[in-house]
Amino acid sequence: MDKLKSLKLLMAGLIFYLIVQILSAVGVLNGYFMVIINRSLVFVILAVSLNLINGVTGQFSLGHMGFAAVGAYASGSITTLIFKLSPHHPQDAVVFLIAIIVGGFFAALAGFLIGFPSLRLKGDYLAIVTLGFGEIIRTILNNIPAVGGPRGLLGIPKFSNFTVIFLFTLGTIILIRNLVQSSIGRTMISIRENELASELVGVDTTKYKVLGFVVGAFFAGIGGGLLAHLLQIAHPTQYGFYASALILIMVYVGGIGSLTGSIVAAFSLTFLTEGLRVGIDWLRDTVGIPIGTEWTMVIYAVLLILIMLYKTEGLMGMRESSILVIKEKQG
Amino acid sequence: MESIFSPQQIVNGLQLGAIYALIALGYTMVYGIVRLINFAHGDFFMVGAYAAFGSFFMFNVFLPRGNGLAFIVLILAMAAGGAIAVLTDHFAYKPLRYKPKLSSLVTAIGVSMLLEYAFSAIPMIGPSPRGFPEILPKKMYHFGSAEVSNYVIVDLAVAAVLMIGLTFLIQRTSLGKAMRAVSQDKDAARLMGINVDRIISLTFLIGGAFAGAAGLLAGLTYPRIQPYMGILPGLKAFIAAVLGGIGSIPGAVLGAFIMGIAETCATAYNSLLGEGIAFVILIVVLLLRPSGIFGEKTADKI
Repeated sequence: MDKLKSLKLLMAGLIFYLIVQILSAVGVLNGYFMVIINRSLVFVILAVSLNLINGVTGQFSLGHMGFAAVGAYASGSITTLIFKLSPHHPQDAVVFLIAIIVGGFFAALAGFLIGFPSLRLKGDYLAIVTLGFGEIIRTILNNIPAVGGPRGLLGIPKFSNFTVIFLFTLGTIILIRNLVQSSIGRTMISIRENELASELVGVDTTKYKVLGFVVGAFFAGIGGGLLAHLLQIAHPTQYGFYASALILIMVYVGGIGSLTGSIVAAFSLTFLTEGLRVGIDWLRDTVGIPIGTEWTMVIYAVLLILIMLYKTEGLMGMRESSILVIKEKQG
Repeated sequence: MESIFSPQQIVNGLQLGAIYALIALGYTMVYGIVRLINFAHGDFFMVGAYAAFGSFFMFNVFLPRGNGLAFIVLILAMAAGGAIAVLTDHFAYKPLRYKPKLSSLVTAIGVSMLLEYAFSAIPMIGPSPRGFPEILPKKMYHFGSAEVSNYVIVDLAVAAVLMIGLTFLIQRTSLGKAMRAVSQDKDAARLMGINVDRIISLTFLIGGAFAGAAGLLAGLTYPRIQPYMGILPGLKAFIAAVLGGIGSIPGAVLGAFIMGIAETCATAYNSLLGEGIAFVILIVVLLLRPSGIFGEKTADKI
């Protein structure tokens, strides 16, 4: 039964992959659509990993893009350096994979450092500390000339393509799903539901809270690395507070604690952003109404407020799609 | 080291601290009463700055620059800050008051984004920075080695008058007594016949009005305003409130002045340190004394 369920997820992933590849080969999906799909997949990684921290473990991180920035800059520096030393390295792909994973580890280290104060802090204080942490990372990156300072890290080789991003996304979903539905995940959920009670039954809450941050940050670093090698630039402004808030919106719109919700929300909100951008361009250029792209974010903000006011649990609530559930009820 | 702690830096620090203090008071009052970190508070400050900008040009048509005009602009900036705060509370926070605290926090982030992007999306305001007019003619005075402009005196005087007024309101009036009662125990206060919702609205009104006044002072002192100007001062004022002990009014003021002086002195030493000092202070405070200087240590309820 367990194997069958895992197989189902792999099959769903494979079908998605084949459909996109076929549509792209036929020409229905042009390069523009592929860019949006790639971005959506990166956002899936970021949203699912944030959901592990905010949704499953019940902590609150407002600096998720700070972790992504660490991954992006670390992996980007490695590949850029190697690319400069030998432009046609025979093992480009291997270097790239190693760089992405190393970026993830650097981000995990950052997650460990920020997870530590979380031992003593709860809720809103934790939000402020993680926000401050994200800002500190951004400030530091802005002031290191070796990684471009305020210009950003330029000339990152373009290694990310649909296949690579897809494989990393699928891997992230499988690993986080397995973690959430293992005994570790159930322990994390017990901390979310009632930290005091789970401490009283002998759970080392500190350990699991830090673990949530470390794993979440690791995957955020991977997402950041993929993004940097897709856009070929890592810029401090990409990783500011509002980028983190955007990921947060995805998690809350999708449903806190629901991986399915995060995946659906990451896709639909990325497409919504592009749709709104196209709509706004059309209104401005064809109809002649002078409106700016800021309206996209206005709509996002209203969406977030409305979801919180009228459907606090998000679109999916805590439900999961059946292909993401390893084990149904016993018996 | 002399240049870092020179009298000039201290004066600049006090001036910045006065602005932070007015913002921090709103944070600390709202937190004291509804236990919510109002993320949008920095944006009330921005709204105040734009209200001051607009009302200056509106009234400058038939009034010359000077104290009278400055007073009208101050009143309107405070009114705008207070109004936006009360509206935010009514539409975004009130429906969530008895839901988990994190949903209010996420809503507050949403309100903050809404205000910032709506202001940059409205064509009359726009995303680009604007120069703030000199509402009062600028004069410079020399005290020893420090140069002091009349703006420093205005900033400190406005902040002092508002803070004294607030202390009087809270300590000496029945309304203030009701506010203190609500912050201690909402349910008991309600049983004593206090209209808790009205007291919460009043708290948002005062906090927003103070942020609005701070917006005017910041526009006057650092003459550039833009829709995102509230983010960083808002965060730093919040950290000042945490440093002083969140919920404590004298704590917020003391924390704000410490923060202002620390920031100007750190910036004089190294600009990177100046940008990051606030967060360093926050992390140190939270690790060593999370309740802040004047905060009471509260035990978790079991």
